[in-house]
This record gives sequence, structure tokens and C-alpha cells, in this order.
Amino acid sequence: MSILAKMKMQPLLSVRDLSKFYGGRIGCADVGFDLYPGEVLGIVGESGSGKSTLLSCLAGHLAPDRGEVIFDTKEGPRDTVQMAEAARRRLARTDWAYVHQNPRDGLRMGVSAGGNVGERLMAVGARHYGDIRAAAVDWLGRVEIAADRVDDRPSAFSGGMQQRLQIARNLVTGPRLVFMDEPTGGLDVSVQARLLDLLRGLVREMGLSAIIVTHDLAVVRLLADRLMVMKGGYVVEQGLTDQVLDDPQHAYTQLLVSSVLQV
Amino acid sequence: MTDQTAYNFAYLDEQTKRMIRRAILKGVAIPGYQVPFASREMPMPYGWGTGGVQVTAACLVPEDRLKVIDQGADDTTNAVSIRRFFQRTAGVEVTEATADATVIQTRHRIPETPLTEGQILVYQVPIPEPLRFLEPRETETRKMHELEDYGLMHVKLYEDISRHGQIATAYDYPVKVEGRYVMDPSPIPKFDNPKLGGNAAIQLFGAGREQRIYALPPYTQAISLDFDDYPFAASKADHSCDLCAAPDSYLDEVITDDQGSRMFVCSDTDFCASRRAAGHIGPMGAPRAGADVE
Amino acid sequence: MITISNLSKSFTLHNQGAAVIPVMAGANLAVAPGECLGLVGASGSGKSTLMRMIWGNYLAAAGSIMVGDVDVAKAAPREIIALRRGTLGYVSQFLRVVPRVPTVEVVAEPLLTLGIPAKEARARAMALLAQLNIPERLWSLSPTTFSGGEQQRVNIARGFVHPYPALLLDEPTASLDLVNREVVLTLIESAKARGAAIIGIFHDEQARARLCDRLVDVTQFTPEMAQ
Repeated sequence: MSILAKMKMQPLLSVRDLSKFYGGRIGCADVGFDLYPGEVLGIVGESGSGKSTLLSCLAGHLAPDRGEVIFDTKEGPRDTVQMAEAARRRLARTDWAYVHQNPRDGLRMGVSAGGNVGERLMAVGARHYGDIRAAAVDWLGRVEIAADRVDDRPSAFSGGMQQRLQIARNLVTGPRLVFMDEPTGGLDVSVQARLLDLLRGLVREMGLSAIIVTHDLAVVRLLADRLMVMKGGYVVEQGLTDQVLDDPQHAYTQLLVSSVLQV
Repeated sequence: MTDQTAYNFAYLDEQTKRMIRRAILKGVAIPGYQVPFASREMPMPYGWGTGGVQVTAACLVPEDRLKVIDQGADDTTNAVSIRRFFQRTAGVEVTEATADATVIQTRHRIPETPLTEGQILVYQVPIPEPLRFLEPRETETRKMHELEDYGLMHVKLYEDISRHGQIATAYDYPVKVEGRYVMDPSPIPKFDNPKLGGNAAIQLFGAGREQRIYALPPYTQAISLDFDDYPFAASKADHSCDLCAAPDSYLDEVITDDQGSRMFVCSDTDFCASRRAAGHIGPMGAPRAGADVE
Repeated sequence: MITISNLSKSFTLHNQGAAVIPVMAGANLAVAPGECLGLVGASGSGKSTLMRMIWGNYLAAAGSIMVGDVDVAKAAPREIIALRRGTLGYVSQFLRVVPRVPTVEVVAEPLLTLGIPAKEARARAMALLAQLNIPERLWSLSPTTFSGGEQQRVNIARGFVHPYPALLLDEPTASLDLVNREVVLTLIESAKARGAAIIGIFHDEQARARLCDRLVDVTQFTPEMAQ
């Protein structure tokens, strides 16, 4: 079957035996998975399960104590854990994006929306004001922010708009892998839906791969192709999202799924 | 026994001067890089040039001829008091003539007269970190310098254009040194920026409160940051000096009465005076005999 | 197209004393292209479970489920994702979508994930919605607020918007009026005619008689009805 033949490609991200300890406590341990281009991986678990530690290790914000995070860079697969910080930061502003739960952590609140979106472009060498501004306006449009807000500061935006601005700021350089930490966390339910739809569309159109950490099972069901369930720093179950949610194998996953309040 | 009632040469003790010289040498070796140093308490408040004074003290030798300017002028309070300070503590000769000086301490200007090899220009720097207003964390700005992560610098210029239609930064205009470090040239007008690069003199920058020293060795490249479609332009008041008629010097605008009359004069007093001495006379600079007060 | 051999399944309820409930054992069946197979059996006999296992939604304990050349029982998640994208369609009884997404986008989405240009995808979605008698004024609204019958037709539209070579239909005509029932039956017939292999659950006996080439009673796969 031709689709499968096409899928025998290089994983975008290969994680092997990744572990991080805080003294004697386990942050995350023995985590391994492959993420292929265009795939969205959800990571769920309760607070303290190690999902945020894992995301930080993957994104290079935390140095793991053991293991490999091999990213398929333009020069071929490289272990980002061993990489020099300069090279890792270059990846972080070209091939990667990181969407924070709180947009204030991911935005420059004192800089206009256009400046926020343009920063990554300028960081990779864009030096034409007109082009940078045009790209910023285009991206504001793609995240449904009116062009006439381009010179407004994010502090004048609603929470949902701030989050969309953060997404535009991250995606403007056409990254291949997006890390998202509870992207719909602090938002109203109605705003969440709009953001989810936006993210789905962007992932599809740009062929993005994404790793989404959340405790909201409804969010992963709608966004993630695959799901990893963490408990106490370990991955206790992983598989196809709907399979893990509808036919959970591990005791903890069964508990997690059965604990969701029904509306 | 040494004389315990006199100052040590140039006020600072020898150990301190050695420490500062080491920082200066490191700064010269890595143009544009901010070298931390243990700034001392000086007998003047922060903001009055404590960084520049310490660098000057570490550079001076008894044979030096010192010139001190404040915004281009030799005769303002800050310039006069620092000049007097070194006269008293180092006993060096002083001068107002740019060409005669071996060490020039400056606040916010580069002299109009081109500097030559062998001269040292010492800048007083209030805030040495060009990224500071955009990124408050020192750990982060140091990391950004280390990794040449300078996108933020252009964000500042972008904000300028989006708000004012042009790059409105008129002083303290950042430069990139030898394609590596982005550097704050101290609050000199951007008119002076072209003189930073390729200068024959050694340029040293001292920030006392912030405890940083950095340097541009002679003939170092320093390029003012800009956009392709908004190129850097060194600007000045569109006028000639009313005293010496110089068309190309940096001008101060002086209000002369309550009716809004004004005149433009060279900010560099030595430059203006020597031009007038050479016979260049502007519209308001006519030499009049006798008292012309009131 | 779809071949199931020696398939078994049990549920382990870890939080209820680790009770193991066997629900299927030794299931075998095969469907050829252009053939429609109906699953029958009393409620709780495992019709939906079997469908969900073919869809990859439930894990198989043993045996194999070949859809084309992919063994769903052993395939990696991304192989199943690819299979669902281009080969295997599924019309379930429930519509699960992102709230506030317009109906036309919901129906066009399977095409968009296949890389079909948005304009063409939308045109095909609209044609199908029109055929299924969803009033045009509803196309720009989210189907989450629709009536049961309307939601079901949106679900059917999603399942038929791409010509999947294999289709799973879970009671596609359940809550439809006669007119729309006829439209859906025609859709299924034409899918058969173009060579789709179909497995369906039809409580509607007339529909079953009209569509199904063969019936399989899943009760024979049920290990002594666990209580």
C-alpha cells in the first residue's frame, strides 16, 4: 500500500531511555518513543506525573540525566541532549516552537503584536521591515486577529487572543515540531474550542508535528493522534489516542478515563 | 615612608588600577564584550561618570595631557569637576584642544576633530547592556550575547518604526562590533555613530554603577543596526552653526529669549572655538568689540 | 479486503478486582471488495466490539485483522492512522467533533487530511450535504447543536466524502426518516458498486436484506456469555 510505503520515513524525533531525577525523586524515567512528521502526540497524567518535566527535557529547557533526544535536523539526525547550547537554541528558533500555558510566559508583553510575531523572523536574519510587517499581519490573520491590532500590545488583548498571538509568534518561521504545555489551560471553554480548531487546521496545513502536554482528556481526543499516559514519572501506557481512551489497558489509565466528569 | 597626606597617583590605589587595566585589556582583546570589574566607590555620585573616571585613572600616566568633555563642552560642571579631580590627584596637564590631548574622557559625544593613533577616548556609560530594556534578566542577556541571539535588538527598532514611522532612536544607537557583539555606544547622538567604527584611537567604555568595561580597539568595525528598507542615517539639526558656520558638526539648539528666538551652535566647544579662531564666522558669531552682554 | 482470523478479545477491569471478561474468541470472517457483510446477534453479543476492533479502537488479544495488507491487530499507531486516512472509513453512531466548527468543515476534514485542496474538499462536502438533505442554512453552523437525525447524516457524509476501499457502518439508518433512509441506502449501494468492502450493523431488517450479501452471527464468537 503506497501510503504505508511513504510512511517508512525517518522519525522526526526519537526519544530513548530519557530520565531526569530531582535528587532522589524521579522527574521522568525510561521514556522512549518515536514521533513521525505530521503526528500529534498527547501526553496526559495528573499533576506531578512527570509530563511537564518530560516536555522540558524534550524542548531542551532541562538537561536530562540520561537518554537521547534525537531530532531529524536539516543536517541529519542529531542528539539534542549532546548538542552545544548555541545549536540547540538555533533549533529552538527555527525548527521548534514552544507554546506556554500562560501566554505571558511566551510573549513580550511590552512589545506590539507585530513585534512579537516578527521577533523570530528577525532572529533568523530578516532585515526588511516591510516584509517582516507583512508576514506579521498575515500571521495575525491566520490566527484570527484583525490586522489593525498589529501595533497594539498583548496586554490589550483577551486571554484567548494572547494565546493565539503566542501561536502566531511561534509558527511564523515554519517550525516542524511544536511543544505545547497545556495550550488551552487558562481559557474559557468556548475560547478553547476555537483554539483547538485553529491548532488542528495549522497542524494539518503546515504538516506540523506536535507534542501536547495536558490533563484534559477531551483536548487530546480532539488533537492528538497518539497518546502517552504518565504516572510517577513513568509512561504506563501509549498507543492510538482513541484506543487508549476507549480500551485502556493499564489500571491507572482505566482510573483516569473513568474519572472524567461527564457533561 | 610615602607621603600619607597626598593622594595616590590618579586617586585609585595601584592594585585597583591593575585590576581595572586587566579588565580593559580583556575588553580590547574581545571588542564589544562587556567585562565585569569591581567598580570602586568614587568621590562623586553614580551618574557623574564614576565608570569613566576609573578607566581614565587606570590609563593615565604622568606624561598624559587630559581633556574632559560633557556633551561636547569643556566648560560644563561635570567636565570641569572631573578635569579638576585629575589635576589634583594625578597632577597631569590638561587641555581643551582635542588634537593636543592624549586621553579624552567624554560624556555623550565624540569630538568633531578626528582622533589619531595614540589617543584614548574614555566614555562614561550609564547602562552598558543594549538588550536591557527588552530583557530585564542579566542571566538571559549574557546568554543572548554568548549565543549571538540578537533578534530582540531588531525588535526594538521594529517597534520604533511601527510607532513613529522611522527609527526614532536618536542616541544610544546600538552597533554590531566586528560582526559579533551588539554594543551600546553610551548615549552619544547617532550622528556620532559613524565615528565609532574604523577610529584610529582606542575607545574605552566604563560603567561604574553597572560594573562593566568594554572597548573598541583602533580601526574596529562597528556597524549601526538597521533594516534594509529603513537604513541607518546619522542625523543632525538641518542648520549650520550660528557661531562658526560649520555645516557638518553636531549642533545644540539654544533658546535665547522668551520670544522663542533660538540659535544653533556646535556642541563641541573646542571645535567651534578653533574654527572661529581660524576666521570662520557664522551669522551670530560676529566678533564685536567691547562688552556685548545683555 | 478485510480478513479476520482467530480473533479474540477480553477486558481486564483493574479497578474492579482485576476481573477478566472474555468477550470474543475464535472470530473468523472475510469480506471481498464490492461485498457487504452484515453482523447480527443479540445486543451485547459483540457486534460493536468487533467493529471497533477492526477500526483499531479496541485492542485485539490474539488473532489477526487484515485490512488490505495491514494487520490492525499488530499495527503501529501511525499505520492505523494512515489506514484510517485513506483506506478505512467508519460511520459510528456518535458524532465527535470540535465544538463550533462549521458542518461543511467537519465533512470536508477527511479530504483535507488527505491533502486535497480546500476548495475542492469543500465543494465535495457541500454536494454530499445537499444530497443528504441537510438544509444549506445549517452548513455554516456546528453540528453539535443539530438533531439526532441531522447529526447522523453529517456523520454519514464524513464517512462517504472519500471513496474508502473499506467501510464500517454502525447502524447508519437508525434515526432517519424514510426519505433520508433511502438516500443513505443509495449511497451504500453505490459504494458497493464501486468496489468497497463493507461491514455493517443494521437493525433495520429491510435495509439489511437489501444491502447485505451475507450475514454473520457474532454470537458464535462469544465465549460462554460472561455475566
